[in-house]
Amino acid sequence: MMSSFWSGWVIILTLACLAFVIYVLFTTWRQQRSEATTETTGHAYDGIEELDNPMPKWWLLLFVATFIFAAGYLALYPGMGNWKGLLGWTSTGELERHQEKHDRRYQPLFAQYANTPIEELVNNPKAVKMGKRIFLNNCALCHGSDAGGAFGFPDLTDNDWLYGGTADAITTTIMEGRNGQMPAWGAVIGEKGVRDVATFIRANAGLVDNADPAQLESGKKVYDTTCAVCHNADAKGNQLLGAPDLTDDTWLYGSSQAQVEYTIRNGRNGVMPAWKHILGSEKVHLVATYVYSLNEDNKAKKEEKN
Amino acid sequence: MRKHDLVEKNLGLMVALIVVAISFGGLVEIVPLFFQKTTTEPVEGLKPYTALQLEGRDIYIREGCVGCHSQMVRPLRAEVERYGHYSVAGESVYEYPFLWGSKRTGPDLARVGGRYSDEWHRAHLKNPRDVVPESIMPSYPWLNHNTLDGKLTARKMEVLRSLGVPYSDDDIEGAASAVKGRSEMDAVVAYLQSLGTAIQNKR
Repeated sequence: MMSSFWSGWVIILTLACLAFVIYVLFTTWRQQRSEATTETTGHAYDGIEELDNPMPKWWLLLFVATFIFAAGYLALYPGMGNWKGLLGWTSTGELERHQEKHDRRYQPLFAQYANTPIEELVNNPKAVKMGKRIFLNNCALCHGSDAGGAFGFPDLTDNDWLYGGTADAITTTIMEGRNGQMPAWGAVIGEKGVRDVATFIRANAGLVDNADPAQLESGKKVYDTTCAVCHNADAKGNQLLGAPDLTDDTWLYGSSQAQVEYTIRNGRNGVMPAWKHILGSEKVHLVATYVYSLNEDNKAKKEEKN
Repeated sequence: MRKHDLVEKNLGLMVALIVVAISFGGLVEIVPLFFQKTTTEPVEGLKPYTALQLEGRDIYIREGCVGCHSQMVRPLRAEVERYGHYSVAGESVYEYPFLWGSKRTGPDLARVGGRYSDEWHRAHLKNPRDVVPESIMPSYPWLNHNTLDGKLTARKMEVLRSLGVPYSDDDIEGAASAVKGRSEMDAVVAYLQSLGTAIQNKR
């Protein structure tokens, strides 16, 4: 809302400008010849001369039509200071109208699945396909178009979960986001501590063949006092904290000695953004269904293995 | 109008009249905005850039990001759906100069803050193809190697303060130490993560 000074400023300048242009048009109109002539205006540019004919009538009338348009436009739309226009049009009002129309058309498509539990919805190919499309638009940037993940971005197809793979856990992860914080331990346990505990962890996971027993013992000591709080005494991790299992073959940040040492020394900060404000719960429900569906095959395989 | 000879044959007069004629648009459309609360007052929760974010912003300008990325979500349904709440003038009051841009080769970045993790931005800026295989964005690997010295950070903040950005003496005093030794990557990521976070998209 403008102050009345600025509102008046806009109105007066707009009208003055229009009035001046109308004045120029009509005085010119009146002063011109009424008939076609062979006389020139007296201008000669590179030998090209201009006949002093009257302006075409259709052209002048077109000019008048623009004034009528301007009058109509300024009456209907908000152009004159604080005058809101007879239509009450605003850009945000139009946005809201478009959004409502869009929601009326598409929201039912998402809403129809909102109350079906994910465990059941996963058998509906149409719902899974919708979830996949939303996934490709929003999630594939980090997790990959095959949801296979990348260095630092979890694989969502291996049925191995940082925060749990139940339908509820997946939904919560997408809705609220996650922040997996591995602190930097370099300064606390020292370079030797980092080396020893990395060796211990890798040996524990079956990645080191003939480790020095003294180093393993020293590493275990560091593990028990420093790492076990989150990763558990048996190194199986803790899904409440998103602390990964250190005994399996999933290594988000690499399993080489150098990578594991780097992770321990400098820490890691894995962030899954929250999507509830961006996608809304109904679309998240479908994405969660898609992610859940990716692990159905693996689940069967895993059970076979055990 | 016989008098148009007078105008056409006096260049100075014609220039003066042209300036008068085209200034009407600016006087009506632009000048009043300098005095509107919606354009001169910050939206609630808007914070000036921290020292590191400010350096990141300067690197964003240096690398020409604005040439391909706009920072202006228009109030159109498709844009609001993709990027989040449309941009409002009150979000830009601490921007000197603003980086709204007018070219979208890449996506709009007005609400990119918090959309991806810091690690994603690092991987993406180093080589966009690593995370988005079809991306045509250039790689910016040198951001990782270049280190900020923070020599001019405080000065920049003083200049911004003189333009109306509410930096405190403490902010300016701590500016150099806040950025010294950090990589340009840190700065750019900090800047990107701050974009558009004053207004949250609500559904």
